[in-house]
Amino acid sequence: MEPIAAPESIDLIALAPVLVLTVFAIGVLVLDLFAGKSKILLAFVSLVGLLMTAISAFAKLNLPAHSFNDSYIVDHLSIFFILIFTISSALSILISIDFNNREGIKAGEYYALILFCTVGMILLASSTDLIMVFLGIEIVSICLYVLAGIRRNDIKSNEASLKYFLLGAFATGFLLYGMALMYGATGTTNMLKIAALIKSGSVNSEPLMVMGVVFLVIGFGFKVASVPFHMWAPDVYEGAPSPVTAFMAVGPKAAAFAAFFRIFAEALPDVSSAWETLLYVIAVLTMFIGNLGAIMQTNIKRLLAYSSVSHVGYILIAIMVKNSLGSASLLFYMLAYTFMIFGAFGIVIILGKKGNENLEIEGYSGLGFKHPMLALSMTIFLLSLGGLPPFAGFVAKFYIFSAAISEGYIYLVVIAVLNSAISFYYYLKVVVFMYMKDPVGEFKISASPITLFVVAVAVIGTLELGIFPDPIISLAHP
Amino acid sequence: MFLTFLTFLPLVGAIVLAFLPKENESQIKQTAVGFAAADFLLSLQLWFDFDNTTHAMQFEYSTSWISSWGVSYHVGIDGISLLLFVMTTFLTLISIIASWDVKKSIREYMMAMLALSTGMLGVFISLDMFLFYVFWEFQLVPMYIIIGVWGGPRRIYAAIKFFIYTAVGSLLMLVAIIWIYFLVKEQTGVATTDLLYITEHLNAPLDVQKWLFVAFFLAFAIKVPMFPFHTWLPDAHVEAPTAGSVILAGVLLKMGTYGFFRFNLPMFPHASNEFLPFIAILAIIGIIYGALVSLVQEDLKKLVAYSSVSHLGFVMLGIFAFNHYGMQGALLQNINHGISTGALFLLVGMIYDRRHTRQISEFGGLAKVMPKYAICFMIVALSSIGLPGMNGFVGEFLILLGIFQINGMWAALATSGVIFAACYILWMFQRVMFQELKNPKNFKLPDMNLREMITIVPLIILIFWIGLYPKPFMKTFDASVTHLITKVDPDNFRPKKIETHHAALIQQDDLAKLNKKLQGKKQ
Repeated sequence: MEPIAAPESIDLIALAPVLVLTVFAIGVLVLDLFAGKSKILLAFVSLVGLLMTAISAFAKLNLPAHSFNDSYIVDHLSIFFILIFTISSALSILISIDFNNREGIKAGEYYALILFCTVGMILLASSTDLIMVFLGIEIVSICLYVLAGIRRNDIKSNEASLKYFLLGAFATGFLLYGMALMYGATGTTNMLKIAALIKSGSVNSEPLMVMGVVFLVIGFGFKVASVPFHMWAPDVYEGAPSPVTAFMAVGPKAAAFAAFFRIFAEALPDVSSAWETLLYVIAVLTMFIGNLGAIMQTNIKRLLAYSSVSHVGYILIAIMVKNSLGSASLLFYMLAYTFMIFGAFGIVIILGKKGNENLEIEGYSGLGFKHPMLALSMTIFLLSLGGLPPFAGFVAKFYIFSAAISEGYIYLVVIAVLNSAISFYYYLKVVVFMYMKDPVGEFKISASPITLFVVAVAVIGTLELGIFPDPIISLAHP
Repeated sequence: MFLTFLTFLPLVGAIVLAFLPKENESQIKQTAVGFAAADFLLSLQLWFDFDNTTHAMQFEYSTSWISSWGVSYHVGIDGISLLLFVMTTFLTLISIIASWDVKKSIREYMMAMLALSTGMLGVFISLDMFLFYVFWEFQLVPMYIIIGVWGGPRRIYAAIKFFIYTAVGSLLMLVAIIWIYFLVKEQTGVATTDLLYITEHLNAPLDVQKWLFVAFFLAFAIKVPMFPFHTWLPDAHVEAPTAGSVILAGVLLKMGTYGFFRFNLPMFPHASNEFLPFIAILAIIGIIYGALVSLVQEDLKKLVAYSSVSHLGFVMLGIFAFNHYGMQGALLQNINHGISTGALFLLVGMIYDRRHTRQISEFGGLAKVMPKYAICFMIVALSSIGLPGMNGFVGEFLILLGIFQINGMWAALATSGVIFAACYILWMFQRVMFQELKNPKNFKLPDMNLREMITIVPLIILIFWIGLYPKPFMKTFDASVTHLITKVDPDNFRPKKIETHHAALIQQDDLAKLNKKLQGKKQ
């Protein structure tokens, strides 16, 4: 066991995004004491904080930069992820403002929690040390447990929170166990050192290593909701307030994938025989069960939850690719996914009203001719999720598929492609209700300009990434 | 840029329509017709300016699109795509005029029609595989909406079936496209999805070629539709509104056969030769099966739909004849089928508008009350059978001539399809138009009005024009076909047995001479 050295120098510029965001998060908490009843100021301050974070992410010129004894890294991967996190957090704050007013959620800590969660996400995406990964995951998870149950007097929200907490704690146990085994096998928690040790063949114990890898897969499997560890997702997604659901489906998941990618593709590529087959099977099952589950749903939030399970299956393929093409396609996919999911949830929120969130797909009947723009936007998001050109989802899938084919995973891609075809069925089901069924009852649209703005941003993002993806691709794959 | 302009003009029209007030229906219809007519008339300019002495792409335009992947916006047109392009703008115009009486949400309907037109035109001009795929998938959505919103009672089922079937096929094509991309990158070091470059440089071993061929084949065969991938077609056709059926038969199915011309044959010539018998037999089954099923249909539209399966079988057979007659016939028959079947769907739509039924048994003796209609129907029906002097004859004749050169048996079987076609069409015509006028509901049916005449007459003119003087049409794709045939010429792939045999003979001759010389010297 090597002695733990004191940190020599801490590169503050590299840490800037985390520092800025933490300051703002604490600031929001303090401000809450003086904010009175209206919490809009808090939301505004949070947005400024996120903007500053995004800007400070680009402060570091020499990439990659390491900090804290090589346990924290700034490279293009982490910078891009910070971009995704800030965008998703900002969008979820924006769609929360109106929703919180309507549903009477007056908790000031709501926005602070989102910011703290984002801090955890940045740590996750930037850590090159297993302990750091664990810290990041815990920060993210604890914030999410609270956020999921923030509607205190709503029984479904409570259930979601409790379920998420219990299963999340379980998953954390697996993760920690896996990390401990990894430490036992290599004598270090630093990913770069683990990679070097494996390469030089000086691993203490192969079985410990393999066990560690398997436990890590299980732990991350819970966190990203891959089959068979996805059971919590539909219930939690359904019970949590819609903006939180959207947030959970994008930001924290992206962060978990970032860590997933770093550990498996960057630290453990040389023992890929231990995890490749496992991930292969998990990816295939995730795609199929996610899609088949989604087909049966009548509730829009559950449908989106199952569909997000299936998307996890596609993203797992990117991790298996293990090279820069894999990381680039992962980045692109997560960004595209951010816009699609926030757009879709934005519409779900707009169509809901207090006490009745209008979550049954049947409630969307006839929307196409009553509110053409809303229906058109929803159609764009759904078709994009299905992977139809010329939308972001298509380019994202194309990217992942080409990364996989370049590594020879042709059968896996064929399976993924067939799953895309299945997914069209349930995405189209929503379109069928919007355009091809007669309306049941009146639509009461409670759209605040802010929520509409989020939808507009999402439409623009979905089209931009679908039609002119070049700048983002070159950012993801420098 | 002219091609790009023509392709996106309808989409611009759709966007313009979105800003028109919903209530002003006549303004909406006029705008839609205006855009479609402008697009059609301008596309004629393409035909006039087209140089038919070369197989090279014309009106080309290329600009970088997703440069990190080597994807470009590359468009152009050659003899194979030119007529399909013009036919698309033409049929779009006709269908929009034919949709005058659509009651429900006319603005959204016209928007969908125009957007559909852009998607289809894009398919025919794309010279980049990525771009092609984008357009190929893009046109699915408006068609899906047209069937699903304005279709018949089982429209939702039909629309979803249409979408899923096509999606399954085309997604496998996507895998193949990515695979080819990496193959070419490996072989030449150039990362590109440019179709012309890839066609030139792709050099895959036969077993890889076969897989790629199958992936593309599935996408296109579903679209064509070839037997046994045709089951979505009757549903889609029967449930689609009249104009939707016209576009489906007239253009969408042609995208499938076009795909074979543009992708399968030039990119995988060896695999194409290997699969020739398989595809030819499927096509022949399609011809006979489609005709036999048509024979027993009770519903007019279903009858026409199944007849498409039969007719498209001819086109496929012509393509895979790999000779001049066959391919020219296939290309011409592509156009012919668009015209004749488009016209048939329009005519069926007309009596459906009047009677709200398509059951053959509901009619009888219509020729007495609707003489103009009966005459038009007669001409179109005969053209569909392939009567000499009309368009269908030229195409089918060339195809049969072409296939006869390969295999007489296949030609004989395919010809039986022509006979069955005469049976089902004439029998149907007799039951609908002649016999006694029994059903009181038919006593006072109005004859065709001016608007209906406007949609049908241009098609009838084309029927006779192609039937009597097909040269202007044949000329446009002549050079391209000649070029394509050299690519798929089976001689390129035959093991060079004959030559080695020759070489052996020559060697033996030389040896004999040498021996003689040596012997001479000895003496």
